[in-house]
Amino acid sequence: MNRRDTLKALGFLAAGSGIIANSCNNKKIDTAKLKLADKLPGVQDFEHARNIQITEQTFFSKHEFATITLLVDFIIPKDDISGSASEAGVPDFIEFMVKDLPEGQIPMRGGLKWLDVRSQKKYNNVFIECKQEEQFALLDEIAYPSKANPEVQQGVAFFTLLRNLTASGFFTSQMGVKDIGYVGNIPGVWNGVPQDVLKEHGFDLEGVI
Amino acid sequence: MINLQIKENPEEYDAIIVGSGAGGGMAGYILAHAGQKVLMLEAGPYFDPAKDALQLRWPWESPRRGASTTRPFGDFDAAFGGWQLNGEPYTKVAGTDFEWFRARMLGGRTNHWGRISLRMGPEDFKPKDGVTDAWPITYDEVKPFYDRVDRLVGIYGTVEGIPNEPDGIFLKPPKPRLNELYITKGARKAGVTVIPGRGSVLTEALPGNKDRGVCFYCGQCGRSCKVYGDFSSSSCLVFPAMKTGNLTLVDNAMVREVLTNDEGLAVGVSYVNTTDMQEYTVKGKAVILGASACESARIMLNSKSSVHPAGVGNSSGLVGKYLHDSTGASLSGFLPQLMERKRYNEDGVGSVHIYSPWWLDNKNLSFPRGYHIEYGGGLHMPSYGFLNWVPEVNNHAAGATGQAKEKGGYGLGLKQDYRNFYGANIGMAGRGTALARKDNYCEIDPNRVDKFGIPVLRFHYKWANEEIAQAKHMQETFQSIMHEMGAVITSQIPGKDSLYGLEAPGKIIHEGGTTRMGDDPKKSVLNKWGQAHDCKNLFVVDAGPFVQQGDKNLTWTILALSMRTSEYILNQKTQLNS
Repeated sequence: MNRRDTLKALGFLAAGSGIIANSCNNKKIDTAKLKLADKLPGVQDFEHARNIQITEQTFFSKHEFATITLLVDFIIPKDDISGSASEAGVPDFIEFMVKDLPEGQIPMRGGLKWLDVRSQKKYNNVFIECKQEEQFALLDEIAYPSKANPEVQQGVAFFTLLRNLTASGFFTSQMGVKDIGYVGNIPGVWNGVPQDVLKEHGFDLEGVI
Repeated sequence: MINLQIKENPEEYDAIIVGSGAGGGMAGYILAHAGQKVLMLEAGPYFDPAKDALQLRWPWESPRRGASTTRPFGDFDAAFGGWQLNGEPYTKVAGTDFEWFRARMLGGRTNHWGRISLRMGPEDFKPKDGVTDAWPITYDEVKPFYDRVDRLVGIYGTVEGIPNEPDGIFLKPPKPRLNELYITKGARKAGVTVIPGRGSVLTEALPGNKDRGVCFYCGQCGRSCKVYGDFSSSSCLVFPAMKTGNLTLVDNAMVREVLTNDEGLAVGVSYVNTTDMQEYTVKGKAVILGASACESARIMLNSKSSVHPAGVGNSSGLVGKYLHDSTGASLSGFLPQLMERKRYNEDGVGSVHIYSPWWLDNKNLSFPRGYHIEYGGGLHMPSYGFLNWVPEVNNHAAGATGQAKEKGGYGLGLKQDYRNFYGANIGMAGRGTALARKDNYCEIDPNRVDKFGIPVLRFHYKWANEEIAQAKHMQETFQSIMHEMGAVITSQIPGKDSLYGLEAPGKIIHEGGTTRMGDDPKKSVLNKWGQAHDCKNLFVVDAGPFVQQGDKNLTWTILALSMRTSEYILNQKTQLNS
């Protein structure tokens, strides 16, 4: 087989043309409503059954979920390039992940509670009811590990976990993949680093390897 | 009481092959093409990469975005199995460790492996270090088989003429990525050799092969390839063998034991169908084990009879002994020069574009043999956790007004940091020679069985000073390469308390040595052809026969030796018939 046959076999080459047809199956999987019909070939039965079971359960309370929704948008807000974390479905992703990896359940639930208790003490309100400048002040305490006060260490640990989950959820969504500029996952030919990039990095004259 | 009925297949096959990975697949390929009637038993389900690969799927098509909850290497990885299998435990002697990775599926672990395809060299077969044991065969005896594997399966690389890193018959290698150019430059400054990678990926059409597609550079070999553009045992060996009409595959067949007659010769095997729990026996003139080094040892140890009271092939008492993996340690960092990179598709191939073969003379070192280095990094497909390192180092990014920044944060600045750091990460991992020692072994646990009632393995494995010294040397090398590149190290640099980051035995998934070959039946399980000393029609074709691995990943040697053993079997039959 040559490369043309390869692409044809994959269905990427429209019959009779040399053009790579519009790539990939971009069907969105809604993690909140996963159905049996969504089982991909190559996913094992037990894996799919597990996914279904997870999506049928609810872990976070309404209040917890609302707090998460607010927090993830503080972490990744909308800007000129892309939408916010909640617009990319990050709260649903986090709901899925704490059931998929249950060791995250206590740190998340407890962390949310920790934040509300802290918020109540300082501003007499749970986090989502605070004014925005109060919310910023609460997050500033726990968002910078190297300057955080030792008394809020648990809050720092919670925020680190939430930040990682948010970045994972956002930048692996369709919106986030586009935002970060990943342009692979499509059949092509790798001919090495583009000339302009080689030049920019000073490798155009070196001929390494 | 319910009668346990055993279903007997009346047909006698020329050979029964247990396992469908690299070793079993190659044996099936050679024997079926020579007209032998072959029965292949695979413990897992049927798997065809063309249909079952999760290649070209996007991260959002996994509800966990590729996290490793049910598959150790992530949701899209093509290994059904992992470090633990439900209902199939293994145990460890207290104070020792071994992590056993099993893939239960057609093709076994060749569906997801790294495709890094290195030959062992003359000094790997006949070491000169005074510590490690010599093989009963030389590189020159194996070379013709390596050559044939190169032509049959396909491998890219470059002719370098490095004495103990033998060249092969190569397709063109993929060009280096940007991070790999920086690594090459930095490593060479640090005195470390870097050469183009060697991988079993078809970067060009394979001459004479019409069934396999050419690589289209998605970088996802670990998901297995829908166009058979890389080596999986199924696509390259088992399917062609089935096409001859001479190989019958039975999947979901978990082998219990090798059956022997009063003379001690193998007459077949018994297995349990894992889907309906029915028991079967099948007959064969020869039995070829390719179930993985530890699983083949387990089958042999469980095959007890009056002629073979310690298990078939085990009159030396050495089945299970000399178990060894590769050593492994790694370090991660990022290159400030790669921040805010221009975006383009650099997926490349899913195997290595560059690597460092062992480059030093051991005379001045505190350990024998050596290690090679594999490198990573780049603008890869986003997946679960791929940016977790950014908030740990984003103090290195200048703030909007040029002022010093704090690590962590949130908001628009953090969102931009993720973009700026994406693709600037680099990693390096050493893979080295672990010593084959008699006191590192697997044996049958006297107290435990799996869900099929088969006695399970108990492992006893400890690293020794040589391996720890090697890991220390790796970490020093990694740091010096990072330094020469101007990289920032992001991982904690492991010290003595964590054995310099030395991975637990088994973690590199290079198990071998459990049925070592040799000329002396008292000091080895198999002869130099992979034939049991005390059961002439029993053969082992996985990495069990390895006397001592080099730092070379073992698949290419499994393929070459299985081909050699299979042709020995054919020659023996010809001699008997003439």
